[in-house]
Amino acid sequence: MNRRTLLASAALALGLAGTALAQDKTKVGFVFVGPIGDGGWTYEHNEGRLAVEEHFGDAVETVYQESVPEGADAERVLTQMALSGADLIFTTSFGYMDPTINVAAKFPDVKFEHATGYKRADNVGTYSARFYEGRAVQGHIAGKMTESNIIGYIASFPIPEVIRGINSAYIHAKKVNPDVQFKVIWAYTWFDPAKEADAATALIEQGADVILQHTDSTAPQAAAEKAGNVYTFGQASDMAEYAPKPRISSIIDNWSPYYIDRVQAVIDGTWESDDTWDGIGAGMVKIGEISDAVPADVKAEAEAMIEAIASGAYHPFTGPLNKQDGTPWLAEGEVADDGTLLGMNFYVEGLTGEIPQ
Amino acid sequence: MDFGAINPVVLIASLMVASTPILLAAIGELVVEKSGVLNLGVEGMMITGAICGFAIAVETGSPALGFLAAMLGGAVLSLVFGVLTQVLMSNQVATGLALTLFGLGLSALIGQGYVGIKPPATDRLDLGPLSEIPVLGRILFSHDLIVYLSLALVAGVWAFLRYTRAGLILRAVGENHDAAHALGYHVVRIRLAAIAFGGACAGLGGAYLSLVRVPQWTEGMTAGAGWIALAIVVFASWRAGRVLLGAYLFGGVAVLQLNLQAAGLAVPVELLSASPYLVTILVLVIMSADRGRAAVAAPASLGRVFHAST
Repeated sequence: MNRRTLLASAALALGLAGTALAQDKTKVGFVFVGPIGDGGWTYEHNEGRLAVEEHFGDAVETVYQESVPEGADAERVLTQMALSGADLIFTTSFGYMDPTINVAAKFPDVKFEHATGYKRADNVGTYSARFYEGRAVQGHIAGKMTESNIIGYIASFPIPEVIRGINSAYIHAKKVNPDVQFKVIWAYTWFDPAKEADAATALIEQGADVILQHTDSTAPQAAAEKAGNVYTFGQASDMAEYAPKPRISSIIDNWSPYYIDRVQAVIDGTWESDDTWDGIGAGMVKIGEISDAVPADVKAEAEAMIEAIASGAYHPFTGPLNKQDGTPWLAEGEVADDGTLLGMNFYVEGLTGEIPQ
Repeated sequence: MDFGAINPVVLIASLMVASTPILLAAIGELVVEKSGVLNLGVEGMMITGAICGFAIAVETGSPALGFLAAMLGGAVLSLVFGVLTQVLMSNQVATGLALTLFGLGLSALIGQGYVGIKPPATDRLDLGPLSEIPVLGRILFSHDLIVYLSLALVAGVWAFLRYTRAGLILRAVGENHDAAHALGYHVVRIRLAAIAFGGACAGLGGAYLSLVRVPQWTEGMTAGAGWIALAIVVFASWRAGRVLLGAYLFGGVAVLQLNLQAAGLAVPVELLSASPYLVTILVLVIMSADRGRAAVAAPASLGRVFHAST
């Protein structure tokens, strides 16, 4: 055997070993909209990925791609992932919805899980968390904490998910503080620290002393800290490094149990396309520690609300509620149905400004 | 709608802060392009500067050292590009793009331990009674050193290119590197110096982002600012004064549109959101509509490979 055949057979053996190994392992792909070090949304999804790795050990291999733009680029990344042998791919941003559906049609054997979307197929399931439950708690605390009665809200894109958050926060702020006013800035980005900081600064300059954000970086927290007497809430991740002030509480996305569950389903061959939408009760949404900057009675009320939402005793969208134009939406005691919530494209009564269409 | 809530004085002061990173990167890139080199790696150099500056400022507690480190980091990274394109004669467009990708990755690696840390505060320059002047004091005399440095750099670059012999040589290299070489000028050496200067400016701009404007370290935090700087250089038809105008227009409209949104202006938000790009492009394009001059604005050797033997 000369050297060349030796090398060739060695390479062949290695290659075979490689494929054998690949067949044993379940390959799970993740597509992220921001960098995993954003300290918010993508950070928590990556924590879920790490939890999957830890839980399954050698049985599962995970791959991920960060900072993937929403749109055509996502389709390329997804195709690449599917071609490289992924069995299950999580696409973790709303804007990946159409790319996910398109690529899924081409790879019927690969399972897809799309976060926060509403389009499904035989091999595409969707999942999301009821962040609006956390927003209700934030709104309550914000309404109590504001002294200028102006609450700033850094919104990202005008999609139902974000609008739901604004409505939920507003309803509960208004409930405890009838004079409260919301100023909303649409940043048109999920992640741009400089722009988020500028938006926070603009809101603070215009009198807001509580800032809520639906963007992914910690920049608004830093801007609030610089400004002084301003309160903020961690978004998607705890952002505890800004506690106890300006960050006085947070909404934490906890994807780990869900990810482990779905990967297990793929391994067992029991995976089916479905729609999961869990909240505080199921542990998918967690409320970060309410810091000492919040008075004890407000903290107790907020905790009672968390309790009530978790047990199902209270739904954040409970009537009587009117739409912004004054038309009735929910009657006294009536609770919003999931369909309306999922497609929410209107403000509730009292909010000013228009939703960009 | 409540426009009373917008304080024009505060607005102008904050637009200067918002524009400074782009301005710094753009003025550096202007010099690079004037020497005939197209470095598309501005974004990568900015973000590397952002983390170098942040890390050193945190470790030493001194923002000034941080800014110096940022300039050094940006310059070193740009010299990687310089060696590849000038000495090894690789393609400038491809190398520049690679530099951006490399810079983003490198900064993420260096930044692992710096997420969620607060940098030491950069003090405003104490100008004593000058900052007390109503209106003007807040707009002109209440910034940190880097804002003034960026303005001085613009003036310096303008004067350097227009009035000095060295500036003339730099432009000659950018217009026709063969002729400059024939005259005995060291084309490669001059270009390397220009590239390093551009890298240092981009790095400083990045550090301004991570140490003053945001201030914190987050992966990918430049979020495209480097590309804006590149575009501004082109739209400003390679002139220092217009780069200043372009950067301030972009930063200004970006801040203004956020303020208008918060004040509840009844204009579609999509339009407001796109306005920084629209306004900047419109103004600069109209200004360079004078075809005779615009045609000669781009350095003739821009992006072309130089080798002494050809």
